Amino acid sequence: MRKEIRFAGFGGQGVVIAGKILSIAAMMEGKSVSHIPSYGAEMRGGTANCSVVVSDDDIASPIVVDLDICIALSLPAMLKFEPKIKKGGLLIYNSSLISDKPKRDDIETVAINANEISAKHGSTIGVNMAVLGLLVKKVPEIAKLDSLTKALDEAISERGKKHNPVNIAIMKDAYNLIP
Amino acid sequence: MKKKILMRGNEAVGEAALLAGCKAYFGYPITPQNEIPEYLSTRLPERGGVFLQAESEIGAINMVMGAAAAGVRTMTTTSSPGMTLKQESISYLAGNELPCVIVNMVRGGPGLGNISGAQSDYFQATRSGHGDFRSIVLAPENVQELADHTIKAFELSDKYRMIAIVLGDGYLAQMSEPLVLPDPVKSAPERSYALTGAKGREQRIIASLRLIPETSLDAHNHDLQKKYAEVKKNEVLFDTYKTDDADYVLVAYGLSARIAKQAVRNLRNSGIKAGLFRPITLWPFPSDQLEALSKKTKKMLAVEMSMGQMVEDVKLSVKGNVEVDFYGRTGGMLPEIDKIVERVKSYE
Repeated sequence: MRKEIRFAGFGGQGVVIAGKILSIAAMMEGKSVSHIPSYGAEMRGGTANCSVVVSDDDIASPIVVDLDICIALSLPAMLKFEPKIKKGGLLIYNSSLISDKPKRDDIETVAINANEISAKHGSTIGVNMAVLGLLVKKVPEIAKLDSLTKALDEAISERGKKHNPVNIAIMKDAYNLIP
Repeated sequence: MKKKILMRGNEAVGEAALLAGCKAYFGYPITPQNEIPEYLSTRLPERGGVFLQAESEIGAINMVMGAAAAGVRTMTTTSSPGMTLKQESISYLAGNELPCVIVNMVRGGPGLGNISGAQSDYFQATRSGHGDFRSIVLAPENVQELADHTIKAFELSDKYRMIAIVLGDGYLAQMSEPLVLPDPVKSAPERSYALTGAKGREQRIIASLRLIPETSLDAHNHDLQKKYAEVKKNEVLFDTYKTDDADYVLVAYGLSARIAKQAVRNLRNSGIKAGLFRPITLWPFPSDQLEALSKKTKKMLAVEMSMGQMVEDVKLSVKGNVEVDFYGRTGGMLPEIDKIVERVKSYE
């Protein structure tokens, strides 16, 4: 198994940390991982994305070109990366902010109203947690929900740890969205 | 087994410097390596070391020279344009035979270029500064090696009283990968040259000005060359992947080597016998090993994130035994696996 994943959205949505949490979770399960954030003149509100490779074997090239999975949290992110998804790949998109429908009919698409799910638990910034929960339900070979919640402990700074119960609740809620 | 942690390349360098017993860090901010000084700015003082953000790149490298003269493990880190600014003092450090570690997270050039990863500072790393001198250059390919090579750089630097450069790139700097932290280095060597105050002992002088050719500079240069010959003999590092029966050998270092490795796998899957030769020390370059390989290879392809720099050392090494082709991309653009595969297939 080798999955090439891109998390994309705008600065402040937590796409880079989402990639890191997923990487740690997969690492905890003994898989090879590599996480590369986009960097440049990044700013809050600007575009942001990161790539994650998860593999059962060692990762030679960590560079992600064509995507097995894309998680798009904003419209510009979906417009940019939907064309880069491999045929038969998966697009998870944040229907809270994206009213357009994906154009491709040769990929699987799943909408999630991530902002509403986050808001239900009293958080305005749990969008990334929601998509993570849904992702591991859809593609359990990347990481299990249990690993994801454990990974939070390593990925989140001391200052932010108090939010972990809410983060976990958001993840689980999204996890249970689909059968 | 020690626990694996996910760490960003830059932070792995910072942590490894602590484990190596680095006591003094001097640097000036430049992307894409800023997480190294950020990491050390809190952790080095906690361990009784000195962290100082200098007024300039030039200030930083001269402070490194001072700390090295005082006999402590010291380091600076930078990215390409910053490395250019440090060149004068790099030559002075070499002339003074002072050990230090310099990490260059290479970005696109020339000039300010861009802040993406590149390998276009190969010439600068392996042929830097004025005068006849050499620096040891290590080229890690992943986050684990960034940490391991940083520690190795401190040790080699002390062993030979030379500059050791860790040549990374913007991608390695920013990527996070699992890492097993190396063991801390227990002891540093005796430093008979260190300027520690001459009370009760002979005066020591560290200088690179040697005005009289016959009695000082010429002899000094010959001594340096003897030392460099020792390094060449003892410290060459390289890695090979499926080269035993390879018709075609890719030659690449750092991140390019990982991309090339995937290309080798793809080529093997389509029945073409490809292999990979990865120089780990860029100086000393593994010339003898590459020459030996060239005698049983049909063609070589150097792959770099530059317009062609290491390829010159490859050509010098193989002594015309085999044709050496080149494929490279510039700052922020990466070699494409499919293009490598296509190129090698065209040799059939």
